[in-house]
Amino acid sequence: MTQSPASPPSLYVAREPIFPRRVKGKFRTLKWWIMGVTLAIYYLTPWIRWDRGPNLPDQAVLVDLAGRRFYFFWIEIWPHEFYFVAGLLIMAGLGLFLFTSALGRVWCGYTCPQTVWTDLFILVERWIEGDRNARVRLWNADWSLRKVRLRVTKWIVWFLIAMATGGAWVFYFADAPTLAADLMTFSAPLVAYSTILILAATTFVFGGFMREQVCNYMCPWPRIQAAMMDNDTLTVAYRHWRGEPRGKHIKAEGADQLGDCIDCMACVNVCPAGIDIRDGQQMECITCALCIDACDEVMERIGKPRGLIDYLALSDEEAETQGAQPRPIWQHVLRPRTILYTAMWSLIGVALVYALFIRSDIDLTVEPVRNPQFVTLSDGAVRNTYTLRIRNLTAEDRDFRVMLTSEEILRIDVESDGAVANHVTVPANETLQARVYVIARPQDAAADAETTDLRLWVEDVETDDRAGVATIFNGKG
Amino acid sequence: MADKQEIDDVTGTDTTGHEWDGIKELNNPLPRWWLWTFYGTVVWGLAYTIAYPAWPLINSATTGLLGYSTRAEVAERIAEVDAQNAELTERLASADLATLAPDDPAHRFGVAGGASVFLAHCSQCHGSGAAGVQAAGYPNLLDDAWLWGGTLEDIEYTVRHGIRNETDPDARWSEMPAFGDIMSDEEIGQTVEYVLSLSGQDHDAAMAEQGMVWFQEQCSACHGDNGEGIRELGAPTLNDAIWLYGGDRETLIETVTYSRFGVMPAWGQRLDEEEIKAVTLYLHQLGGGE
Ligand code: SF4
Ligand code: SF4
Repeated sequence: MTQSPASPPSLYVAREPIFPRRVKGKFRTLKWWIMGVTLAIYYLTPWIRWDRGPNLPDQAVLVDLAGRRFYFFWIEIWPHEFYFVAGLLIMAGLGLFLFTSALGRVWCGYTCPQTVWTDLFILVERWIEGDRNARVRLWNADWSLRKVRLRVTKWIVWFLIAMATGGAWVFYFADAPTLAADLMTFSAPLVAYSTILILAATTFVFGGFMREQVCNYMCPWPRIQAAMMDNDTLTVAYRHWRGEPRGKHIKAEGADQLGDCIDCMACVNVCPAGIDIRDGQQMECITCALCIDACDEVMERIGKPRGLIDYLALSDEEAETQGAQPRPIWQHVLRPRTILYTAMWSLIGVALVYALFIRSDIDLTVEPVRNPQFVTLSDGAVRNTYTLRIRNLTAEDRDFRVMLTSEEILRIDVESDGAVANHVTVPANETLQARVYVIARPQDAAADAETTDLRLWVEDVETDDRAGVATIFNGKG
Repeated sequence: MADKQEIDDVTGTDTTGHEWDGIKELNNPLPRWWLWTFYGTVVWGLAYTIAYPAWPLINSATTGLLGYSTRAEVAERIAEVDAQNAELTERLASADLATLAPDDPAHRFGVAGGASVFLAHCSQCHGSGAAGVQAAGYPNLLDDAWLWGGTLEDIEYTVRHGIRNETDPDARWSEMPAFGDIMSDEEIGQTVEYVLSLSGQDHDAAMAEQGMVWFQEQCSACHGDNGEGIRELGAPTLNDAIWLYGGDRETLIETVTYSRFGVMPAWGQRLDEEEIKAVTLYLHQLGGGE
């Protein structure tokens, strides 16, 4: 430990402003494309129409909270099928594990909404206030009419983007064209407006002012990711052995002793996290790869090979320092660990697709009434009551026959609106509750047995599609 | 905190000066906005306890400047729902149950509401599943045997006026004499053998033959010639499988000797019109309604 005579350190610090410079290069181009595609998906998806027939909504992606349905193109998820959502979440988790162990924080660098929107906000900032140097000057300048004008313009554009972001979100929960019209005429539900405002406010603050602070202090993901990276993970790194000792390449004595890094600070100036990648891997780095682009540009100009800053595994950096060859990329990517993640990911994916194909569009649950277990009728017959829930997962009303199979002789009566019948009509896209009586005559074995196995069935009158559930009959025994 | 700042050689960060077993805490300062957020939550918390009920006093708690109360909110919600249902309630209260269609909204409203009325007022005797208490005199309301009739009209009358109570002059009333004062034990025994034979149970045929004479003399006026019961009198059917107090020899002897006297309150005096109609509809659709 070194002793230094300074005053006690402060426990709190203000945010250091960061002014990322514009950069050109292959990763920047890739990021523009990803930004375009992800934003387009987000803003446009609710407007895609999908015809499901007269009884169902025609919005391709819709979370119908009141009706408790989730529509996704040709798939319709009911609350009892929530395991599909759980499965997708597990897949998303495993997917992140896979990408992180192979490519580090590539989620953070390219596709995280925080990164995408911050990128968009910085783009706006650059249009209005100029590139890095102009922005630094403006930051340091005293308040003037020009500064106010630039700031206010920037905030207004940010705010419009933020409103559009919050606005797009609510369209996922209601019919988009109707809701849009309602929003315009101020007749939409209050919760729609408050949701838009809250999301607009968070977008505005997170994208405009918090930026890297969200990643450094608020988001749990980078801490988890740090635990999932290893020496083989490809991540953005500086070739120390090649760059050092750094220095300006002026024709002075000893210039030929210097490494390739000319200490131009290009990599630092473009960094949205405000760090120097030459200090090694750091908590703040979101692996956005912009410093690679910046450095490559410089290397090109001074006639040195690209890749002073590059996607690099820690093990490669070590090998290269000792003069050995780095391992090929596929060896870094194809490791037992990534293969295991891929296998798990695919397994769940296949299971979900399988479940989707075998699921029936009728669903039956049977709940025997247990209070009381049975009723004796005046002629000595024994009656059990069951509550049936029949879900019609199709867009048409359907007629179902209700039947039972059992080794014993039993009679079935279905109650439908007060009358006894042997079939029920379940409206489209609804669940119907019906009461069913099963009766054993006094002379039947089931009347005196303790329990008798039986199976209740519903069968579509037209298509003969059926669903059955096993249950028991309680006798006097 | 140490006066002198220490710099950790590895990270170049200063330390807080706190040391545990040689491990020193690095000073990675928190962002200041975090601190302000924390102060913000403290202010919010205090303001909340002023605006809403919070601080405990001896008998109650501070009521808060906004005058909010969860009870008042519940009362408000109930009033709201009542107002929403006012039309249905009115329709149900004035409905003629016999002609109210099962798919009428008022009918559905009644069945659903009747379930609550039943649980609150009737389940103490008849059980939460309406199965009564077997052999203890609380009738099962799910089966097809009715002492006083199982049509909507009959059920509504029974609910409204009750049975054998002193409070309602229109209560259903019938009384079985205690035959222990009228007949000898032997005669009662013989009568019971006959009654057992009516429902096909094991019995002593010789005694039953004599019992039949007593039955025709003493019992058939109310219970019918073949024990089929007479509803207008509330006299139970004796030739079926259902017994309110039990159908075995011993219980029957007890019943005939001492008689039984089950009562039910007149709910017309306690429940609203729509509650009576609702519970009637509920009972009628439990599986035994006629
Ligand atoms: S740290 Fe969190 S918020 Fe930042 S880019 Fe990564 S996932 Fe997104
Ligand atoms: S160090 Fe490079 S990769 Fe990391 S955040 Fe900064 S610019 Fe992006």
